[in-house]
Amino acid sequence: MSETSTSDDSTVEVEPADPVRPPGFGRAVLDGIVRGNSVVVTFLAIVIALVLGGLLIAFSDSDVQSKLGYFFAAPGDALGAIWHSAWSAYVALFEGSIVDPSFIRDYASGQGSLSQVFYPISETIVQATPLILAGLSVSFAFRAGLFNIGAQGQIIMGAILAGYLGFGVHMPIVIHLIVALLGGFIGGAVWGVIVGWLKARTGAHEVITTIMLNYVAGYLLLYVLQKSVFQRPGRSDSVSRFVPGNARLPLLAGTGLRLHAGIIVALLAALACAWLFNRSTLGFEFKAVGANPEAARTAGMSVGRTYILVMLIAGGLAGLASTAQVLGTDYYLSTGVNSELGFNAITVALLGRAKPWGTVLAGLLFGALQAGGTVMSAQTSTPIDVVTVIQALIVVFIAAPALVRAMFRLRGGAGGEEGQSLSKGWNG
Amino acid sequence: MANDHIDLIVEPGQIHALLGENGAGKSTLMNVLYGLSEPDDGEILVDGKAVCFRGPGDAIKAGIGMVHQHFMLVPVFTVAENVVLGDERVRRLGWLDRRRIRREVAELSERYGMPVDPDAVVEDLPVGVQQRVEIIKALLRDAEVLILDEPTAVLIPQEIDELIKVMRALRESGKSIVFITHKLKEVKAVADTITVIRRGQVVGSADPGTSEAELASMMVGRNVVLQVDKAPARPGAQVLRIVGLSVDSELGHRVVDQVSLDVQAGEILAVAGVQGNGQNELVEALLGLRRPVAGSVTVDGRDITGATPKQVLRAGVGYVPEDRQHDGLVAEFSVAENLVLDQYDTAPFAAGVSLQRQALRANAQQQVSEFDIRTSSIDSPVGTLSGGNQQKVVVARELARSLKLMIVSQPTRGVDVGSTEAIHRRIVQARDNGVAVVIVSSELDEVIALADRIAVMCGGRIVGVLPAGASRDEIGLMMAGVAEEQARAESVAHPTEISRLEEGAP
Repeated sequence: MSETSTSDDSTVEVEPADPVRPPGFGRAVLDGIVRGNSVVVTFLAIVIALVLGGLLIAFSDSDVQSKLGYFFAAPGDALGAIWHSAWSAYVALFEGSIVDPSFIRDYASGQGSLSQVFYPISETIVQATPLILAGLSVSFAFRAGLFNIGAQGQIIMGAILAGYLGFGVHMPIVIHLIVALLGGFIGGAVWGVIVGWLKARTGAHEVITTIMLNYVAGYLLLYVLQKSVFQRPGRSDSVSRFVPGNARLPLLAGTGLRLHAGIIVALLAALACAWLFNRSTLGFEFKAVGANPEAARTAGMSVGRTYILVMLIAGGLAGLASTAQVLGTDYYLSTGVNSELGFNAITVALLGRAKPWGTVLAGLLFGALQAGGTVMSAQTSTPIDVVTVIQALIVVFIAAPALVRAMFRLRGGAGGEEGQSLSKGWNG
Repeated sequence: MANDHIDLIVEPGQIHALLGENGAGKSTLMNVLYGLSEPDDGEILVDGKAVCFRGPGDAIKAGIGMVHQHFMLVPVFTVAENVVLGDERVRRLGWLDRRRIRREVAELSERYGMPVDPDAVVEDLPVGVQQRVEIIKALLRDAEVLILDEPTAVLIPQEIDELIKVMRALRESGKSIVFITHKLKEVKAVADTITVIRRGQVVGSADPGTSEAELASMMVGRNVVLQVDKAPARPGAQVLRIVGLSVDSELGHRVVDQVSLDVQAGEILAVAGVQGNGQNELVEALLGLRRPVAGSVTVDGRDITGATPKQVLRAGVGYVPEDRQHDGLVAEFSVAENLVLDQYDTAPFAAGVSLQRQALRANAQQQVSEFDIRTSSIDSPVGTLSGGNQQKVVVARELARSLKLMIVSQPTRGVDVGSTEAIHRRIVQARDNGVAVVIVSSELDEVIALADRIAVMCGGRIVGVLPAGASRDEIGLMMAGVAEEQARAESVAHPTEISRLEEGAP
């Protein structure tokens, strides 16, 4: 008996863990992506993607191509051109998204204005705001074990309702904005609840239903934009009326910059998500259902109710994403709402490892890539599509943590056993 | 590391028992022998030659056959089809030579005394017969060494007797058998030599004459109490009343058929039965996880038929599910979180909608020390704990509430001896505190050790309710569906080898 008490500590390590049954395919993918990535892997994935993106930029440059023609005669020429091409593109990307040193010099010498200095960072935040909100939507659902492919549809529904409440009704200042924001949330939430309800009631898989609802929302958008309630007078194309000043998100840094209060909404939403998941009983329930619905059900939780609630909140967050765009940046509704935001949101959520603050950082990174990409394509011969390629590459490396670990000879990861065995496989 | 420098020598014509408790590394060792995992160090010799197995195919070629604990059979195929799967006897043009297969199956089953109908569909056969199919499958591939992984876990005593006969017949014909188990009586009954492993290491060998207590202490590493210490039950008021409960499966089959049972406060009712005879569905219906088609369930006078799981739990019912990883725990959640999985939304763990992390931690600290849950921290994911400690987490959580009724399915499946003792003690303690306890177990040893009354279930029906002290053979026969009277007479007339051994022991 005395032996057991003294060997307590060693017992903990020696006793093998109960082998965990392999999860279903869908959950295995989620686990691998969301839980299998350490911060290091995420960071390295971004680095690799930028390096590969740089090579792509270089090799699509006509100057580089011509110099590669006589590579063996003067390799220095080609290598120099490659470096120059990639470097100048990334410098432009940086100047377009963070800060342009030349404007700082101008400002210091009294020629430029302060808003010129802050213009790039303001653009980054403007681009990031909808990405953060939509990313939060996807990561929220992820945490509860749901794959919200349908952020796109929820985004459209949010925009339609927020837009309508913006230009279709008249209300006093402040109240009008709040009503329009709520409308955006509700529009997305309704679209989300349909998915949650279908899953809870019939077991219909959310991936299928959300994709289908994306189409419904997309065509609904086309339809309403042709109706006189929405369509801007005097226009025959699909462009809505303008949202009046009362319902606009206020600008935060004067009229010279597009920075608006949407980012505050986004950060508050992230804060709320973080609180919900870490500090509330509801979040505990969501996470339990996400990780093991059978155990959650056995412990008395209502799995169906959770699915509905989670999709309500996730849908609402997606709705807010487009609402921020419509009420804060565009001030009108167009077919542009049906863009790739919903899919970028998935990328952002994955990059942010489905954590609220991680999603905020990932959203800012993607916002910077988009803001900077515009400047880059204007200043250099690099097409803006390269930005999309870099984003895609980041996701590829995030989705293959084992590959990243193997490239950098890292061992194991937050994923534990699974990751270890994979990396073992890579090493030998 | 699950295995640490194990040396094992198996002689031809010998039954070699590999004894060790759950999690000792028996199965890992056998997976290495069967080519399912690769050793990091050391080698395997067959007939004196070093071999290297890249997969089960290599092991089979080297004459090693394995009967897994969970059978690897295709349920909708016939016996003959299963037996040749992966090694099909074909005639010209790829036609299956069914006649030859049938003949070979018949030959083998006759030679070793294992009657099997080659044309029966596997899913219709009782588990004992399915096991024979697995053995024949291995023999047909000319196995010289047969590995039987916990072969008796799913069998009733009479089937175990049959298996022992088969094992002896195989030994007579010069085959070697590696018999993996944690059951002492069976080892003593059948083994020629015994190797005991503990925590991945060989701790010694023994011959079958060694006493059970000695084997147990070798296996666990200290002296163990083999009997559960419990006073006679003092049943109080009726707590659980099940009347005419029937449950259908998803496919519409009647899986629980007109079950009526009463359980009083302060007694343990064990539901014994071969796996898959409706016990699971019965329990799920009690918990509200499954809807009964007829009948009623009352707990302490309150009708809970068709209530939600939450309502049932709130009515004072504690539940330890059969499969803790699937239904009992969230592997990624910490020990502390798992300890409140069904009370996270009640005080003191919740204040309004806010989760009280402090209360969670305090509760975890207390439970971990009270139940001796071995974990490096209360914040460790519960999935990193050993099976026994995971089970303690579930039991601790359920006992933390004030209970009227406690339902425990397979209380100690996959649990080490130390944890088994602790869990059994807690169950008896709960009973003595006036909780009505229902345990569902397919381990006869456990049923006999714990029960104050034993309800035997077969084919969804209660075959009979026996008092504590009923004989192992009688329960076993009733588990096979034999009626109570007949089972009693039969068990007296033809006692099984294991039960004779039991009586012979002091």
